[in-house]
Amino acid sequence: MILVYTEINKGKVKKASLEAVNYAAKIAELTGSSVTAVAINADAAQLEDIGKAGAKKILSVKNDALASLDSMLISSAVEQAAKAEGAKIIIFSFDITGKAAAPRLSARLKAGLVAGAVDYPTVNGGSLEVKKNVFSGKATAIYSINSDIKIISLLPNSFPVKLGDNAATVVDFTVELAASKIVVKEKKSTDVAGMVPLPEAELVVSAGRGMKGPENWGIIEELAKELKATTACSRPVADMHWRPHHEHVGQTGVAIRPNLYIAIGISGAIQHLAGVNGSKTIVVINSDKEAPFFKSADYGVIGDAAIIVPKLIEAVKKFKVNQN
Amino acid sequence: MKILVPISNVPDTTTKIAFTNGDTEFNAAGVQFIINPYDEWYALVRALELKEAGKAEKVTLIHVGLTDSDATIRKGFALGADDGVRIDAEGPDAYFVAEQIAKYAKENTYDLIMTGKETISFNGSSVGAMIAGFMDLPLVSLATKFDLEANKATVEHDVDGGTQVVECELPLVVSCAKGMAEQRIPNMKGIMSARTKPLTVVAANGAEKLTNIKSYTLSAGRTNVKMIDENNMDELVNLLHTEAKVI
Ligand SMILES: Cc1cc2nc3c(=O)[nH]c(=O)nc-3n(C[C@H](O)[C@H](O)[C@H](O)COP(=O)(O)OP(=O)(O)OC[C@H]3O[C@@H](n4cnc5c(N)ncnc54)[C@H](O)[C@@H]3O)c2cc1C
Ligand SMILES: Nc1ncnc2c1ncn2[C@@H]1O[C@H](COP(=O)(O)O)[C@@H](O)[C@H]1O
Repeated sequence: MILVYTEINKGKVKKASLEAVNYAAKIAELTGSSVTAVAINADAAQLEDIGKAGAKKILSVKNDALASLDSMLISSAVEQAAKAEGAKIIIFSFDITGKAAAPRLSARLKAGLVAGAVDYPTVNGGSLEVKKNVFSGKATAIYSINSDIKIISLLPNSFPVKLGDNAATVVDFTVELAASKIVVKEKKSTDVAGMVPLPEAELVVSAGRGMKGPENWGIIEELAKELKATTACSRPVADMHWRPHHEHVGQTGVAIRPNLYIAIGISGAIQHLAGVNGSKTIVVINSDKEAPFFKSADYGVIGDAAIIVPKLIEAVKKFKVNQN
Repeated sequence: MKILVPISNVPDTTTKIAFTNGDTEFNAAGVQFIINPYDEWYALVRALELKEAGKAEKVTLIHVGLTDSDATIRKGFALGADDGVRIDAEGPDAYFVAEQIAKYAKENTYDLIMTGKETISFNGSSVGAMIAGFMDLPLVSLATKFDLEANKATVEHDVDGGTQVVECELPLVVSCAKGMAEQRIPNMKGIMSARTKPLTVVAANGAEKLTNIKSYTLSAGRTNVKMIDENNMDELVNLLHTEAKVI
């Protein structure tokens, strides 16, 4: 039995969680097993989506204490589910909750963990072999997990979400939880209305110090809006407060792997690349034909961003009209 | 109040990565090793600031690794850490590393454990949460601001779609990200005293490795960038649609 943890965010099952259910379903296929999902405070429509993503059974946990997503409690809930179901393989997304709850569960269950898998595992006798990125995307490694219980967390955006017509059996599941030791005092949202959060974004428009100043970001935002993309930036841009910190991508910021990454006025330093080189397609717009980023790009345009970006916006608009 | 800072020894960020032994081992020849940036800039520097503010008495570094890491630990001494412990065993299995650190921390009672958010070598983001798991302590992950009043920590940290401020009584494990502190350069006094600060070497005991790395592959770089004329953005959009199939 493969157990998978799922999470609700803003009224929907997180995309990263649906990816994790798809991933678990594929592993179930490989190992001749089936998938049970743990869903926390999910409503009927959300449970339906988890079923469509491939869960045969859902343990539906209703418990207000879990709403704060304290990883100590989440890990405990998943541990109880794993024990009740006799799970041998447990799947998380390598998202904020998964980065905190999966390792804790690993310690609790003495279960080997591969954190940030990028591909399906291969089954090798009693062990699983799993590929993950290492050295900030400069290489991949194959890990084998040798413990009886195994945990894998899946790097978001590694596979597109597939929803079928499977309907899961939903079972109410009660968990015993200790009181959280963490008291939430204040929450600040960095979500921009209508914009997909950066870690989940499939299209990203990013800009760097080549933009010269925050007052020039209008064209970046407009291009992002036309493409329905999310905006990002290089580190110096966030450090100088031209843009908010949550937009900073790279080794010290958010690591992303969208389908399309458009880098405008960014030189392509190795620490920047470390956070974006997993992108499927990279477009670089830079006035310096020697900019290192061109060596890591699929498409390049040499020239002044102030002139090129407005032309690109026009081209995208024209494309959209022709599509309709 | 004692703070334990687990630090990792990693290749400098600009290192060109290579492997040896049939791609089963990292090739360390000629590589410059540093303290993992998150551990140094954020966890360690913030721990030192707490000590300087009179909120902590002692900052101890802990590292699981072999003797070739000693120079890196001493860099942490130069920045101001009081002493250090090296558990003499090889990583990188996070379960193994975390169990070793947790055992030491339990025996020597620390109030606060500050890790980096992840290593730039194996990118596991796992060791901090595992230490918390072994010690049954709360964890605040991805902390960007941290302060302490008596026994209570106030922490700002990243959550999905934003940030939140939480309070938690010590003992506590925090994983540290950008924002916690500013990078420091060691001064002459620090560098001089680094040589004489106590570095205790402890044998590993008991723990098992639950994962191991079978092989590495260098990521294929992009080799043929297609250049597009700045006056032909229609072509770029067209290629993104028909060739790359991303829009
Ligand atoms: C340990 C460490 C961690 C780091 N982590 C990160 C990280 O996470 N993320 C990150 O981004 N950086 C990181 N850095 C910094 C990184 O090394 C670079 O300094 C940074 O990425 C440079 O940002 P930039 O490309 O915006 O600016 P610059 O390097 O100044 O490049 C600006 C670019 O804009 C181009 N340009 C100028 N004018 C125009 C114009 N009119 N039109 C078009 N193009 C123009 C220039 O040709 C140039 O290529 C890190 C550094 C270290 C040491
Ligand atoms: N070998 C190690 N010795 C001590 N601390 C470590 C070691 N490896 C990782 N850490 C700590 O755990 C954090 C997360 O590491 P990781 O789980 O490997 O991404 C790092 O930022 C360090 O603070």
